[in-house]
Amino acid sequence: MPEKTYREALREAMTQEMESDESVVLMGEDIGVYGGTHLITDGLIDRFGPKRVIDTPIAEGGFTGAAIGMAMMGMRPVVEMMTWNFSFLASDQIIQNAAKVRYFSGGQVEVPLVIRGPNGGGVQLSAQHTHSLENMYGHFPGLKVVSPVTPHDVKGMMLTAIRDPNPVIFLEAGALYGTKGEVPEGDNAVPFGKARIAREGDDVTLISYGRQVNLCLRVADRLEEEDDVSAEVIDVRSIRPLDEDTLVESVKKTHRAVAVQEQWRLFGVASEVASIIQEKAFDYLDAPVIRVSGAEVPAPYARNLELAAFPSEEAVASAARQVLYQEVEA
Amino acid sequence: MPAHLAGDGVVVFFTQNVPQSGKGTTVAAESQRTEEESVEVREEPSENGAVASADGEHLVDLYKKMILIRIFEEACQRGFRQGKIGGYLHVYIGQEAVATGFLDAFKEGDKVITAYRDHPHALLLGSDPKAVMAELYGKGTGLVKGKGGSMHLFDVERGFMGGYGIVGGHIPLGLGFAYAMRYQQTDHITQLYLGDGSMHNGAFHEAANMSGLWGKDGMNPCLFIIENNQYGMGTSVARSTAMTDLAAKFDAYGIENEKVDGMDIEAVLEVAHRATQRVRETGRPYAVEALTYRTVPHGAADFFEKYRTKDEVKKWRERDPIGLLEHKLLERDVLDEESLEEIKGEMKETIDEVVRFANESEEPPIEELYSDVYAGQDEYLGEE
Ligand SMILES: Cc1ncc(C[n+]2csc(CCOP(=O)(O)OP(=O)(O)O)c2C)c(N)n1
Ligand SMILES: [Mg+2]
Repeated sequence: MPEKTYREALREAMTQEMESDESVVLMGEDIGVYGGTHLITDGLIDRFGPKRVIDTPIAEGGFTGAAIGMAMMGMRPVVEMMTWNFSFLASDQIIQNAAKVRYFSGGQVEVPLVIRGPNGGGVQLSAQHTHSLENMYGHFPGLKVVSPVTPHDVKGMMLTAIRDPNPVIFLEAGALYGTKGEVPEGDNAVPFGKARIAREGDDVTLISYGRQVNLCLRVADRLEEEDDVSAEVIDVRSIRPLDEDTLVESVKKTHRAVAVQEQWRLFGVASEVASIIQEKAFDYLDAPVIRVSGAEVPAPYARNLELAAFPSEEAVASAARQVLYQEVEA
Repeated sequence: MPAHLAGDGVVVFFTQNVPQSGKGTTVAAESQRTEEESVEVREEPSENGAVASADGEHLVDLYKKMILIRIFEEACQRGFRQGKIGGYLHVYIGQEAVATGFLDAFKEGDKVITAYRDHPHALLLGSDPKAVMAELYGKGTGLVKGKGGSMHLFDVERGFMGGYGIVGGHIPLGLGFAYAMRYQQTDHITQLYLGDGSMHNGAFHEAANMSGLWGKDGMNPCLFIIENNQYGMGTSVARSTAMTDLAAKFDAYGIENEKVDGMDIEAVLEVAHRATQRVRETGRPYAVEALTYRTVPHGAADFFEKYRTKDEVKKWRERDPIGLLEHKLLERDVLDEESLEEIKGEMKETIDEVVRFANESEEPPIEELYSDVYAGQDEYLGEE
């Protein structure tokens, strides 16, 4: 299988769908002439022209709303949020229109829309430019929310997203655009609502999504080396719908779980994961599920503070040891 | 005039064009004010009123400020390339005459707010360049303790209400300041800087509309200063709007406006003093579109410039605001080549010292991560 970067895999999915379906258009700030701030759409305006690769003014609310209108008319817009931090300006449109118009129209319309862009922090962009918004968007019925971490999945999930008749919030691991992995040619559509077991193990389950999956994989290696513990790593990848079965099955096997997220602890995805496990696998648990999250502060700029604000290998390893009762204090 | 360097390396460059006296104003808090009740502005020495053209000494002072900004930001670019500065870094290279000219009309008590291209505003208001550079280096000695970085400089004591990262997001705040200053019965004003790219966003239109409306009652002394560098990232004004006269957009909201050549410091100076005085006196907003150009990429990490030609950039470099001012200074025999070089040489030394300070400063202590989340006693509600 050919090796591709996350960026290339993403571009490939959009290109394939644009080739096979004329109703697919791209839209966003500086995605055309400029080539995309993260070069995801580089070259596509030359290939598909400015009617299908639409450069917009800096008007997130306006162009997202327009894309919803296009989608209601049967087009399939893929909107780029230059970064998800700017989606707060569009969130009124996303939440009030995209998520609900099918419902409050009694099923008369549908909104086949994808909104995509880099999510999460880690590159010292400080408070206004560092957010992980999966819980915010995951809260609203009517939206689908996904967060792929491998080049394989980013292509496969983008194919699924574009074909889906509903609005999809597509949260990319911005810090990983340059990372490589195997990506099949052609159609590798990955269904939503199905978690990926990134590493099999028997003693403890580490659950996460986005770039934290890679962190969990490193911690799993370390636990094997240092503690002779076999950790299973689950990449949730689809936040809404959430694959409860895979989580529950894993915990039935390992009896212990740690949920890791970059976002803030309170009211986050990890809380949701923990409560699903206690509802559905309570009798199998040998320890309370622990959440490892970002510090409860707006993101700082200074490198040392930023590192301290996000989950670290140490924090995840120590949480794993805590649920394994190898350490009492986290 | 200014001793441009102090011995200890802390830079004390400029004469402050700030009046010594306190507030001389009375403004009724009610919005039903009549014409007669309009703000009474104290008599100012002519320097603070409308200045037709600056004298030689004043121009040299402004030249030094612009050189400070330029050399400071060139050092920032180096720091970015060396990996000493992280995140986003947006410099003002090519645009210096705009903020330098307008802040010449700043009076103590006024408020300044801008977006993320904010280094010159802080430096011009007198923030210590060492603290600004240390901020960019992510150090505890930084202007905001290493918490904000390049995009979020603040120096509230000096009237700098901050740099903001969300395009258009700061604009409504500026009219809030303006309202508050009238409500608090002062004659202060807001200098609100905004980019051409921010004018196609809802926040701008909502804010401009309200500012015009509140201004009818004399309750919005807000000077909108459009830094029209002709691009928002890679999108030119013509590719962002069908109505490219940015100043005229304010007509729709009842805000009088004009344009100025933002590369010519004297032109900027003239409108700056006239416009600030007018806003101060009337409590009504006013807008000035300064036509300028960013002769460097949008951000320090950008190197592709598919959206404009090298020729275009070159053409604008010929109108570089610092170059234009040097030309005037030489032509009018205010300074000779040698003294220009001397000024630049001294500034380089100063900035070397600034960089050294930033480099040698300590990172912020980890406790800083958890402070300033909330005001008041029980600041931090999370866990460490
Ligand atoms: C709401 C929002 N959308 C997008 C961005 C990304 N972005 C940062 S600067 C910029 C261009 C802004 O242009 P302009 O207002 O003209 O200011 P300039 O950079 O030219 O000074 C964009 C699109 C942002 N920061 N905020
Ligand atoms: Mg601009």
